[in-house]
Amino acid sequence: MSEYLLLLLSTALVNNVVLVKFLGLCPFMGISKKMDTALSMGLATTFVITFTTAGAWLLEHWLLMPLGIQYLRILTYILAIAAVVQFTEMVIRKVAPALYQVLGIYLPLITTNCAVLGLPLLNVQEKSGFAVSLMVGFGSSVGFTLVLVLFAGLRERIALATVSATFAGAPIAFITAGLLALAFMGFAGLVPH
Amino acid sequence: MIAALTSLTILGVVLGLILGVAARVFRVEGNKLAEEVLGILPGSQCGQCGFPGCAGAAQALAEGRAPVTLCPPGGRAVVLALAAKLGKDADMADVKESVPMIAEVKEEICIGCTRCFKVCPTDAIMGAAQQIHSVFREACTACGKCEEVCPTESIKLQPIPVTLQSWYWHKPLATGSAA
Repeated sequence: MSEYLLLLLSTALVNNVVLVKFLGLCPFMGISKKMDTALSMGLATTFVITFTTAGAWLLEHWLLMPLGIQYLRILTYILAIAAVVQFTEMVIRKVAPALYQVLGIYLPLITTNCAVLGLPLLNVQEKSGFAVSLMVGFGSSVGFTLVLVLFAGLRERIALATVSATFAGAPIAFITAGLLALAFMGFAGLVPH
Repeated sequence: MIAALTSLTILGVVLGLILGVAARVFRVEGNKLAEEVLGILPGSQCGQCGFPGCAGAAQALAEGRAPVTLCPPGGRAVVLALAAKLGKDADMADVKESVPMIAEVKEEICIGCTRCFKVCPTDAIMGAAQQIHSVFREACTACGKCEEVCPTESIKLQPIPVTLQSWYWHKPLATGSAA
């Protein structure tokens, strides 16, 4: 049990998918202007990533490996990811129409979020088991949500601050993202190697 | 080869089936009127009405939050169709006959203030301070920004003058339009 907790901690904080591995930067910059939309986007992505890591593991071990067609990995994964995203979109549209409006184009764009494809591929590379894969997927997406919400909070503060004209808008956001990444590098000492 | 083909095909079909069923289960009952209105609008998602895309505009129209004359690219035909669909009177005073326009400088009153070419988004205006400005016709998109800033009203959007090169057959009138 403690092993899984450690895994969760290390994927969410130490090897954060956005700030340490630099995957999934598009929604990180794109949808972090408001805290609540950032949280919703994070939750939607968490749902998608957790499902796709599980689905990808099953596809890898029950379909690609027995048939010896691992070279079709990326194609198969993308197919599964697209289906899960489409499904998520339908559910959100039905359950929370307001959220559907707010997320807008970024919802289908989860498909092209490289973290969603990257995590299953990393799992294959690490030859993880099913439970570990699932945990890595879940932990990473929790880390993604965490960073997204943190960054949105920072940007809400920056929106109120006086920023010199040269840095106003996107530049200061990029600088903030850099500082946040630096801060996350500090977590590297959290888990003994 | 065969294994790859069949497995991917089966995977695609199965996922497609699941999504198809999900689309039925999670079907959202949209506003019927809004959908019909959306069918009338041009669908170019230009946003000139101030709503995010034609779907937003259709929603607003169906709820009576927007006038039927909101769509500049649609012109008279769309206004009339919307008025008929929504049972409203169209105020044709707001509707301009849309013909291709282009910015033109009246050289007698241009004072060379350079304001128009500073706002031009397509760099279609040339000139310098105290020099009479001029418009590159190929680059002008008739956005009208220069018209707003000109202090002497010397730059104006004009219909593109008909010459032998730019003349074209008129489009056939839309059936059922009162115009």
